[in-house]
Amino acid sequence: MGSTTLKSVLLDEDGNILYAAYERHFSQISEKIAAMLSDISAKFPSLDRVQLCISGSAGMGIANDLHIPFVQEVYATRIAVNRLIPAADVIIELGGEDAKILFLTDEDSSYGGLEVRMNGSCAGGTGAFIDQMATLLGITPDEMNEAAKDYQKIYTIASRCGVFAKSDIQPLLNQGAKRNDISASIFAAVVNQTVAGLAQGREIRGKVVYLGGPLTFLSELRRAFDHILGVEGICPEHSLYFVAMGAAFSGGGGEVSLPEIIRQTEAYRSTGTYAYCKPLFTSRQEYDAFCQRHGANSSHIRFADTPEGEVFLGIDAGSTTVKAVLMDQQRRIIRSEYLPNSGNPVPLIRQFLTGLYAAFPGLHVTASAVTGYGEEMIRSAFGVDFGIVETIAHYTAAKEFRPDVDFIIDIGGQDIKCFKIRNGAIDNIFLNEACSSGCGSFLQTFAGALGYEMQEFAKLGLFAEKPVDLGSRCTVFMNSSVKQAQKDNAGIENISAGLSISVVKNALYKVIRANSAEALGQHIVVQGGTFLNDAVLRAFEQEIGREVIRPSISGLMGAYGAALYAQAHKDSARSTLLNEAQLAQFRHQVQVITCKGCPNSCRLTVNTFDDSRKFIGGNRCDKPVSSGKSGEQYNLYEYKRQLLAQCVGVPGKRGRIGLPMGLNFYELLPFWHAFFTDLGFETVTSPPSNRKLYLSGQHTIPSDTVCFPAKLMHGHVEALLREKVDAIFYPCMTYNLDEGLGDNHYNCPVVAYYPEVIEANVKAVQQIPFLYDYLGLHRPKDFTKKIHAVLCRQFGDIPLSEVKHAVSQAFAAHEAYQDKVRKKGAEYLELARQAHMPVIVLAGRPYHLDPEINHGIDKLICSCGAAVITEDSVSHLVSRFNTHVLDQWTYHSRLYAAAKFVADSGDPMLNLVQLVSFGCGVDAITTDEVREILERGNKIYTQIKIDEITNLGAVKIRLRSLFAALQA
Amino acid sequence: MSTNEAQARFTKEMQKDYTILIPNMAPLHFELLRALFNAYGYHVELLRSDGQAVIDAGLKYVHNDTCYPALLAIGQLMHALESGEYDLEHTAVMITQTGGGCRASNYIHLLRKALKKAGLERIPVISLNLSGLEKGSAFKLTLPILKEAVALLSYADMLMILGNQVRPYEVNPGDADQLIHQWIQRLSQQIVAGHPTKFERLRQTLSEISTSFANIPVQRTPKVRVGVVGEVYAKFSPLANNHLEEFLRSQDCEVMLPGLMGFLMFKVDNRLEDIKLYGGSRAKALLVRFLIKYLSNIESVFLDCIRVTRQFSVPASYMQIKEMVRGVIGYGSKMGEGWFLTGEMLELISHGYENIVCCQPFGCLPNHIVGKGMIRKIKAKNPIANIVPIDYDPGATRVNQENRIKLMLAVARERLEAAYPAPAAEA
Repeated sequence: MGSTTLKSVLLDEDGNILYAAYERHFSQISEKIAAMLSDISAKFPSLDRVQLCISGSAGMGIANDLHIPFVQEVYATRIAVNRLIPAADVIIELGGEDAKILFLTDEDSSYGGLEVRMNGSCAGGTGAFIDQMATLLGITPDEMNEAAKDYQKIYTIASRCGVFAKSDIQPLLNQGAKRNDISASIFAAVVNQTVAGLAQGREIRGKVVYLGGPLTFLSELRRAFDHILGVEGICPEHSLYFVAMGAAFSGGGGEVSLPEIIRQTEAYRSTGTYAYCKPLFTSRQEYDAFCQRHGANSSHIRFADTPEGEVFLGIDAGSTTVKAVLMDQQRRIIRSEYLPNSGNPVPLIRQFLTGLYAAFPGLHVTASAVTGYGEEMIRSAFGVDFGIVETIAHYTAAKEFRPDVDFIIDIGGQDIKCFKIRNGAIDNIFLNEACSSGCGSFLQTFAGALGYEMQEFAKLGLFAEKPVDLGSRCTVFMNSSVKQAQKDNAGIENISAGLSISVVKNALYKVIRANSAEALGQHIVVQGGTFLNDAVLRAFEQEIGREVIRPSISGLMGAYGAALYAQAHKDSARSTLLNEAQLAQFRHQVQVITCKGCPNSCRLTVNTFDDSRKFIGGNRCDKPVSSGKSGEQYNLYEYKRQLLAQCVGVPGKRGRIGLPMGLNFYELLPFWHAFFTDLGFETVTSPPSNRKLYLSGQHTIPSDTVCFPAKLMHGHVEALLREKVDAIFYPCMTYNLDEGLGDNHYNCPVVAYYPEVIEANVKAVQQIPFLYDYLGLHRPKDFTKKIHAVLCRQFGDIPLSEVKHAVSQAFAAHEAYQDKVRKKGAEYLELARQAHMPVIVLAGRPYHLDPEINHGIDKLICSCGAAVITEDSVSHLVSRFNTHVLDQWTYHSRLYAAAKFVADSGDPMLNLVQLVSFGCGVDAITTDEVREILERGNKIYTQIKIDEITNLGAVKIRLRSLFAALQA
Repeated sequence: MSTNEAQARFTKEMQKDYTILIPNMAPLHFELLRALFNAYGYHVELLRSDGQAVIDAGLKYVHNDTCYPALLAIGQLMHALESGEYDLEHTAVMITQTGGGCRASNYIHLLRKALKKAGLERIPVISLNLSGLEKGSAFKLTLPILKEAVALLSYADMLMILGNQVRPYEVNPGDADQLIHQWIQRLSQQIVAGHPTKFERLRQTLSEISTSFANIPVQRTPKVRVGVVGEVYAKFSPLANNHLEEFLRSQDCEVMLPGLMGFLMFKVDNRLEDIKLYGGSRAKALLVRFLIKYLSNIESVFLDCIRVTRQFSVPASYMQIKEMVRGVIGYGSKMGEGWFLTGEMLELISHGYENIVCCQPFGCLPNHIVGKGMIRKIKAKNPIANIVPIDYDPGATRVNQENRIKLMLAVARERLEAAYPAPAAEA
């Protein structure tokens, strides 16, 4: 009884299969079991006594209640494989929502023999993930498999969870990347996720067996595994049924009567209970009144049949849907369109425009504007006059419904956008970070999995009596919450209502993190296609305890806002929008190339329209798109990187010492470089991070939820091992230097002790001296003694006097480095002021300098015309002050100080953007505090969450909205 | 301290008629702590609320990415304050504060933020810590209280450890729980304010406890033995770990939760290790040595009293655990449960509890290092180790957690059956 399918086998005494069935159970657990058993009974009328055993998480409840023997599914797999494929070394099994690896043999006993691994709270890289992605591409998994057979490029896609992957795939689609390439990339992502998430440091080799639905049905997925693992795995006969067979082999216990068990399962009602919320509507009347109220709010929106006078076009090329609105001077809607994106917005818009010109021959559009993820591409494809950021589009539209609107929430296909309006300007933007979901496409995927259309599915829940309480978590977690509810026999109505409620809770508690309706605002406008579902709308009003306005054109608001914007900003000159004749000639070509501008080696998709207009996507910086013309850029991140790059090793008498360039080495490189150089060691730093370097260390990461900067460290250590250095130096450091800004001066636990993880999990470090002693620079005298002892232990006698000298050189180098950063920061600040440029303090950790970690966000900000400085270039300008949290980590104290500096500056052009690595537990504390400090100074708080992969589209929205707010 | 805004302090006058609410962590230990504070004239109430309502209160008032223990402890307090059961003009709240480099040190600040969010800034917050944080409160951990607390801690450890060793084998189900109940009553009553338990009395009580458990009639059959380690709150609190102990028992396992005393000694000893690693004051080192000695004495009595019954598996001493860790992870890794968590796993494996559930709140930073990060090394040294790390957070579901634990148990059972071919041999 798997998460999505029921597999059953009937075996004879010798283990021959007499009967086998495979079907989706749509969470009707007991019914399906009863039906399946009845089917067996019908096919084998003489059969009475059988040994029955259930396996699989969805069957746990019923097995328990009916006293049917139960065997854990991974264990069942192992029983079956031991019997059927005794030579197997490793089993990889992907199911609907589970991924498992079983290591059966262990050549050198270095891993402790047999091991079974299964995905924990994260269901990335499973069948459900593949289904989700196929839905996103608008094809079936089988078609995806076909498409993947013929690919040219593999893109990097995160498969940690569907949400991450979606934000990678969406831009690719919008940039016009080929479906074949994306399909193959998705399979590669699944493989990487399985290796990273489950192998966790153990190599997959020998005879590999593939089991489970996705691996049985998708040949290209198997090929991707073969290719990446460098093995030739087999997918045995009956690969779908191994768990069922294992359960049957294990026998489980005494015989039972088949008719009796059928009777029991048919009569079975789960005894389990589940947590539930209050119903959405208790009566039909209540619902009717609700519908009437919302209908009245939009009565002023008018429609027209034919264009008269000036007309304006607004396009919202969103993440999963494309919307377009054509309106006249009186703002009457003449034509509108709401279409699923299905991968590429260009043909859709083309179709819309063609239809428009066909319906209204001789139509002349006065002005046009486009917003959304596909903004830039659509703009260059069709010559749209304006490109505006989504927040502006939505605010413009919302004002039509409620001029005094002070809070807007838009739940779209895959993103949630909310923002407050203060004094007519956009303030405080909340976007769902890559980790939280609960959006429209989530409801849709769920509806699909349960066999429904989304609208129909949402309706089911309107009158549910006990909606399942699913909490407020990301998709992956909700999958298993739903599983649990199904186990407890929650009906489909209650699951539907529960999902609608969880979408709302997610938006409120995960994204906005509101604790009361007052915190949101007085006049709330809700938008986006998801709110067209009455269940979601009702849940929202119930949750905040306040009535809100949902425009009747809720799904079109972005496009409508764009049209309004076009009207307001129309130029006397002609619109550049393609006219009828031009559109008829429209041509679109796509080419994929690798950018050679920098070590990032971005995969670029070059779209060419009509052989003349170009749109390049996939770039992380402006290099490939601008031709180096832009003016002087003030980027302190770049300056710091240059300073660090100057720390080049000098050949010395004592050998070569490797320094891994990650985590705190981004701060202390000048220190250690000076120290070792002075002692006559040649320092060898690991090369700049890139994807390849990361992947080279991926297989030794023991905890898949640790932050990306820590994970990257594995690749750096691998790189140093390849350099054949004499020793790798990577000390444990509980304490950081005390800069006098906080109550204490700790490092975070990960920065402090990651060397322990490296030593315990990267086997190869045992082959060379790996120096990971505990050192503390905060007590220079004790440090000198300690490091002297460490060096003598490893390199023989080194005079203490030499070490003393080196230590003083090191501290001087560190000071000089800090000094340079501070001076340069002050200089940039001054230059920017003179040039009336906005300045962004891009505040994070020292290691956020790494372009592989920050994804070029520093350059992105510069390309928006702002100067970028760092938190450590201004933190010294603030004297110690009181915070509302225990201020005990050195790097984090700088954040608070930098925020204070910005808040107290009184300079509207100076703002702070905080970079937060996904999974950073400490930042759960710092972000709130930084926000508070900034808000006390009437500053807008902007946070950017970054991970292995980051959706720069979302980052751009934040930044552009911030800059738009500054101009207002 | 970190802030100068007007904060409600717990004053001398409040002692008379204020109810102090404390969130629960280790049920037995905290029950005795409650009795201790009450014996010293406070009115302390231990919160026993459970379930979704507590989690929801936490989600509402605490940053959702914060560690789960903070969310639950604060959730429990906020849930109680909003329940209408307490006179908010005469209620204070207490929370522990560790003072290390882990996020846990910030619980009190997160609690204050939560109170502010709820408009309850007037509720005084008491910090329970040993680091001298939050000075200026009238709630004082005086030396007699501390001494008594240590004694109570050792009692609770013994009740827990021996109870767990007896419960699965009882001839008369319920004996152990009943005995624990009686002991809690008795131990609570014998606390006298100002007169902490003398060493001899401590020895006698521990000995009586262990004898009383040894006298429970048992029928010993081979059972899967499972050790539980982890982030301290997730390990002990049934609210946090979805009633893990209960679940394991329902799966016919013997459960072993190593006690709190070791953790306390670890926290004290850290200060000495800090000085050894990075230098520091000699006077401080002396004081810490003295404290360790004091705790070691109690610990050795504790262990002797278990050993002498010849019926129970005797845990290793703190110093023995420290020795086991040598060469596996450095003593400098002190944040959170630090190297001690790794040590507890090694200790459990060394005396028959090689099946281990390692509990951690989702995204717990120290656990990336000392829990998940060390499993490979532990297994390489002890191929028999059968460890499953389990993440706990508001979104993780029980079915998923239990399924993973069942996998670990299936492997454990297979080994048990191999070692004791059915029918079970030994009585």
